[in-house]
Amino acid sequence: MATYNGTSMSGASALVKSLEASGVEVAFGIPGGAVLPLYDPLFDSKLRHILVRHEQGAGHAATGYAQVTGRAGVCIATSGPGATNLVTPLADAAMDSVPLVAITGQVPSAAIGTDAFQEADIRGITMPFTKHNFLVTNPNDIPRAIAEAFYIATSGRPGPVLVDVSKDALQAQTTFDFPSSISLAGYNPQIAPTNQAIEDAAALIARSSKPVFYVGGGVIKANAHRELLELAELLGAPVVTTLMALGSFPGSHPLHLGMPGMHGTVAAVTSLQKADLLITLGARFDDRVTGKLSTFAQNAKIIHADIDPAEISKNRFADVPIIGDLKVTIKALIPALTKALAKNRPDLTPWLRQMNSLRDKYPLGFDNPPDGAVSPQSVIQRIGKISDPDTIYVAGVGQHQMWASQFVSYEKPRTWLNSGGLGTMGYAVPAAMGAKVAAPDTTVWAIDGDGCFQMTNQELTTCALNNIPIKVAIINNESLGMVRQWQTLFYESRYSNTNLESKRVPNFPMLAEAMGCVGLSCDRPEDVDKTIEKAMSINDQPVVVDFRVHRDAMVWPMVAAGASNDDIQIARQTAPDWDSQEL
Amino acid sequence: MSKHTLAVLVENSPGVLARVAGLFSRRAYNIESLAVGPTENSAISRITLVIDVQKHALEQVIRQLDKLINVIHIAELTSEDSIQSELLLVKISATDKNRFDVDAVVETYEAKIVDQDGTSVTVEATGEPSKLEDLLKALEKFGVIELVQSGLVALERGSTALSDRTLSPQSIPTADDGGQADYQN
Ligand SMILES: Cc1ncc(C[n+]2csc(CCOP(=O)(O)OP(=O)(O)O)c2C)c(N)n1
Repeated sequence: MATYNGTSMSGASALVKSLEASGVEVAFGIPGGAVLPLYDPLFDSKLRHILVRHEQGAGHAATGYAQVTGRAGVCIATSGPGATNLVTPLADAAMDSVPLVAITGQVPSAAIGTDAFQEADIRGITMPFTKHNFLVTNPNDIPRAIAEAFYIATSGRPGPVLVDVSKDALQAQTTFDFPSSISLAGYNPQIAPTNQAIEDAAALIARSSKPVFYVGGGVIKANAHRELLELAELLGAPVVTTLMALGSFPGSHPLHLGMPGMHGTVAAVTSLQKADLLITLGARFDDRVTGKLSTFAQNAKIIHADIDPAEISKNRFADVPIIGDLKVTIKALIPALTKALAKNRPDLTPWLRQMNSLRDKYPLGFDNPPDGAVSPQSVIQRIGKISDPDTIYVAGVGQHQMWASQFVSYEKPRTWLNSGGLGTMGYAVPAAMGAKVAAPDTTVWAIDGDGCFQMTNQELTTCALNNIPIKVAIINNESLGMVRQWQTLFYESRYSNTNLESKRVPNFPMLAEAMGCVGLSCDRPEDVDKTIEKAMSINDQPVVVDFRVHRDAMVWPMVAAGASNDDIQIARQTAPDWDSQEL
Repeated sequence: MSKHTLAVLVENSPGVLARVAGLFSRRAYNIESLAVGPTENSAISRITLVIDVQKHALEQVIRQLDKLINVIHIAELTSEDSIQSELLLVKISATDKNRFDVDAVVETYEAKIVDQDGTSVTVEATGEPSKLEDLLKALEKFGVIELVQSGLVALERGSTALSDRTLSPQSIPTADDGGQADYQN
């Protein structure tokens, strides 16, 4: 692209050329007044622009794309309402550290501040949940802003960056000048950890008899899953993977205890509670993992490795902080630990035996519904069994999300996408669309709730028209199920406004057909496999399956919000049988 | 809780103050005082913040501030290793009858009378917050009509500048035709 340097062109063309120079292949968006100048040169670009039906869909699609590829996802919206429709996906991406670059049009610079038609201060609005944002009013500044946006979004702790460009800057002429390098005085993410930190960590690990690897989404962002496997096997300590980390460590590995947290396994939750050391890799001591913080892992020392220094000791004091890229960190930790273990190798057998016995005694499970209806968990479990091992699963938010985290075994990174930090209903369909665009030859299943689906399903039209054949399993319990579960448990089963009646209206298969998809339905346990196989056999069109499931199924285990992890319940009013357990 | 003074060097670009103020409000950190102004380098502005937090929270504040891309450097300045000063302008009732007493107070605190109209005088004073507090107390008995105070500013003792310590930033090659650079690894 530097070949265009020195060429005279419009700011809009410069923006398109800058996106191309940044390696962008796909963008999701919708045009409008303020970005019309941009859409004109975009028409001639080799860059694939996918015309979505709602800007929120563009944002989540860019997120799905980014989570599958590790590259920045790109979305484009016009000023005012177009830009504000991006607010939710930007907040979502910030919470889950997803690299995004959002381009928004802005009213002409002379009109900024006058409440002009479709003016919204999107830079001000998005300050709290973008890693950085820009307002560009001079066409000469466009290439540098775009180059910086991609660098900031994808380096260090990834995150969303918004570039707001005024319409006059898009229209004015400029001499294209894409920078060959960037330097930002206030931004130098630390990649290599200090030797001291690595040595301290290795020494502490070699002195611990009950260590646990507490693994977060950072391991996936850093592409450090192979290194993690080597490190975990070197030490032979149990591994727990958070909701954002599923797939960073093979789900079926004998050292894997499952997911910790509010709906984690008894073994994973208990391992953290009883450990004498947490080897924390790219995780952030989120309240959904720690439960009541003051009672979390009370006997454990903490090693905390993260690329974001602000995560260190934010929620839990770190005895050994390690700041750096996780791939580099784990690579350095392996030889250091090998050396430390050669001097002193603690016997982890009793600890492993305890944890394995918990895992064996309290596996994830579910009862079949008493009325012979389809159990939601079984649908998800069967999808996981029948689909090929490379399949990418994208969940919405609610009970179905938790079941999808529990009843599918994630063996590889970037095969499990969900909205972890913000918990954004409506994430699944558009994120699955982005994932499928990123991996067109891979099966992509959205596991969605009947509530979530009704927030963003219009992107199925986009999928149908753009040859993006995703598969959607609607786990239709005709309720806002997760909220209903809390009403059952904490509000005396008073079901205020959680009944969606979605077995009556809408007719999901018809809705799917109306959007150019194949619509299927299943309401008998004996048809579940057949229906999944039918959905698997259609690869030239999006498929939507309405799995009409039992309404009262609940997600277990559960640590109630604000409760201690020690009070984990495996079913309503049922604690694990601690007395018979040697801990 | 204790008071801490932070000197924050930021890029002199629009919106920086909003970013800093927004960070403090959304993370529920309390700002006691804030002063912004130009520096010896026209590309850099300096924000002096006084915050009231615990030591552990102070580290969080600094690390969160440091995440703002436009923030170049942050230093904690103590009252021992820096000169710290505020500006106070206070209008008090002063007639011929008490003028002598007012002048005495003003002189004791090395303050200045910068305006007068026969019924009031305006006193200007600079210095450490504790000195200005004492001065205000001494002036109160005359009757304070109006007062305005600046945020604290602070400058390190010695011959160096904070900006000397801001690293010259790394230069990162952009992707340019080769696809997005693999910045992460
Ligand atoms: C945008 C948004 N609004 C509201 C919520 C609160 N909420 C969390 S889960 C849930 C219910 C989701 O229902 P559904 O999609 O049917 O999934 P289910 O829990 O039944 O599996 C709601 C309303 C949310 N997370 N996101």
